[in-house]
Amino acid sequence: MPYRGLRASTVLLHTVLIIGACIMALPFVWMVLSSLKDLSQVFVVPPKWIPDPFVWSNYKDSLTALPFGRAYLNSFYINVIVVVSQLVTCSMAAYAFAKISFPFREPLFILFLATMMVPGQVTIIPLYLIMKNIGWLDTHLAIIVPSALLNAFGVFLLRQFFRGIPKEMEEAAIVDGANRWTIYARIMLPLIKPALSALGIFTFLGMWNNFFNPLIFLSSTDKFTVPMMLNLYRGMYSTDWTLMMAGASIALIPVLIVYIIGQKYIIEGVTLSGIKG
Amino acid sequence: MNVQPAGSPGAAPSPERLPERRGSSLSSKTSEGLWGYLFIFPQLLGLVAFSLIPLVSAFVISMMNWDGMGTKQFVGFQNFIGQLRDEEFRIALVNTVYYTILSVPTGIVLAMLVAVGLNRVRGKILYRLIYFMPNITMSVAVAVVFMWLFNADFGLINMYLKQWFGITGPSWLTDSRYVMPSIAMLSVWMGLGGNMVLFLAGLQGISRSYYEAAEIDGAGKWQQLIHITIPLLSPTTFFVTIMSIIGSFQVFDQSFVMTSGGPAKASYTLVYHIYETAFADFTFGKSTAAAVILFLMILSLTLFQMKMSRRWVHYED
Repeated sequence: MPYRGLRASTVLLHTVLIIGACIMALPFVWMVLSSLKDLSQVFVVPPKWIPDPFVWSNYKDSLTALPFGRAYLNSFYINVIVVVSQLVTCSMAAYAFAKISFPFREPLFILFLATMMVPGQVTIIPLYLIMKNIGWLDTHLAIIVPSALLNAFGVFLLRQFFRGIPKEMEEAAIVDGANRWTIYARIMLPLIKPALSALGIFTFLGMWNNFFNPLIFLSSTDKFTVPMMLNLYRGMYSTDWTLMMAGASIALIPVLIVYIIGQKYIIEGVTLSGIKG
Repeated sequence: MNVQPAGSPGAAPSPERLPERRGSSLSSKTSEGLWGYLFIFPQLLGLVAFSLIPLVSAFVISMMNWDGMGTKQFVGFQNFIGQLRDEEFRIALVNTVYYTILSVPTGIVLAMLVAVGLNRVRGKILYRLIYFMPNITMSVAVAVVFMWLFNADFGLINMYLKQWFGITGPSWLTDSRYVMPSIAMLSVWMGLGGNMVLFLAGLQGISRSYYEAAEIDGAGKWQQLIHITIPLLSPTTFFVTIMSIIGSFQVFDQSFVMTSGGPAKASYTLVYHIYETAFADFTFGKSTAAAVILFLMILSLTLFQMKMSRRWVHYED
């Protein structure tokens, strides 16, 4: 579009959008700035935004007040296992649903889609009882295994991408006598790297932020994930706002880093999930 | 790299299946079938073990009197009837519906306006980055931050209300009249970016030629919005509405972290009720019955929306 110069309506539009953007960003700015304040500055009216002095030790204090480091480690290793397993299992299933003809393919795929409609709260109590029976309660297996082996949305998302790959890509390999596994691993997977990135990021964010499942399955503090530890923190130090803001910042930083790096894939993924109809 | 979504021309031509061309059609067909099941096996196992079996069990448990350990007693539909008559279930239902009414329409209208505004503006990517940010952040961390923002004495909102307008703000989270609107505001803030991205995608799909034709006919921006953008965006609006309602019926984290369902159960939601009935009272039958009712409500709302959508959703072709 050619540049038409600044018109009043454009200026007005930008003004409104900038005010909106401030409202969206302010809670984060406030969180980070407050995490560096001295507690006495919290109760100053009118509010002071810039810390004076900068109290970096809030971060050290919040990491030592509760085993936050441990929760961080737990969340990280759970996330790595789940993300990697989902990329493998979802892409395998998605490839089969897109490219291999096998009996009951369509009904099975519809079954996968149908389970996306069931809210997690319906299955959580039976799952809790299953975990209890097999002795997985209060272990990370209860969080890892169901997520690693089931993500219907992931199967759906990757299938959309596999279907977009022309048949000719596979045919040459089939004529050469390559089996299905070789075609999947050597030819198809590299072609859907952007989709795999999108799914990996979605899964990472979903797992990192998930509160409900760990709340149900985990009870020992040393097994807690980051959101659970932060909630525990909230319960114990509810008046120590600066420490809580430091804790919240620590919890959010990985998410924000992943977001800034992967925002292109995230937006593509959200967009694609919206055009399923 | 540009990957086309399903239904694109690349996926359309489908020559005869190759294995069949080679004569031994039976064995290739069998081996194709085996490969297929081999590939879906891990996810199929997950589907059966962590979705289908729990779902069937949920219906069975919802008809039992059970604390999860001792004897089970089959009680038929008693749990369902009991829940519908239960005072706490009713409070939770009313709160959840109230929350939905407060948050869903506001969230959708704001997201649509922002998307329309962003669609033709410079710096769209930077705006999008900021507006979408709350959407991906941890609900617990955000709830902790908003607990402070909403604080009656030292929260930013009340401090600035006082300083700029001389208004003494309410006790947002500890006054039963304001707690649900507060949580709804938080949700609108968190959800706006996701809906906005979907609306932006919908706007991309509207052909420029409609607007060009309208301009030739002398239609102003406002008329274009009412007569072109909003009708042609309706498939997206429909999708966003359904997803928002499903999400809002499952609200839990915010009230659990910020208010523990209070004050006086004013932010006690359906999922909170399901959680409490199971893990505070250990009445698994009742809790699962409440969860099944929630599921049926979401399902019927979705089906109702789909039926109604024929009247207001316009597809371009």
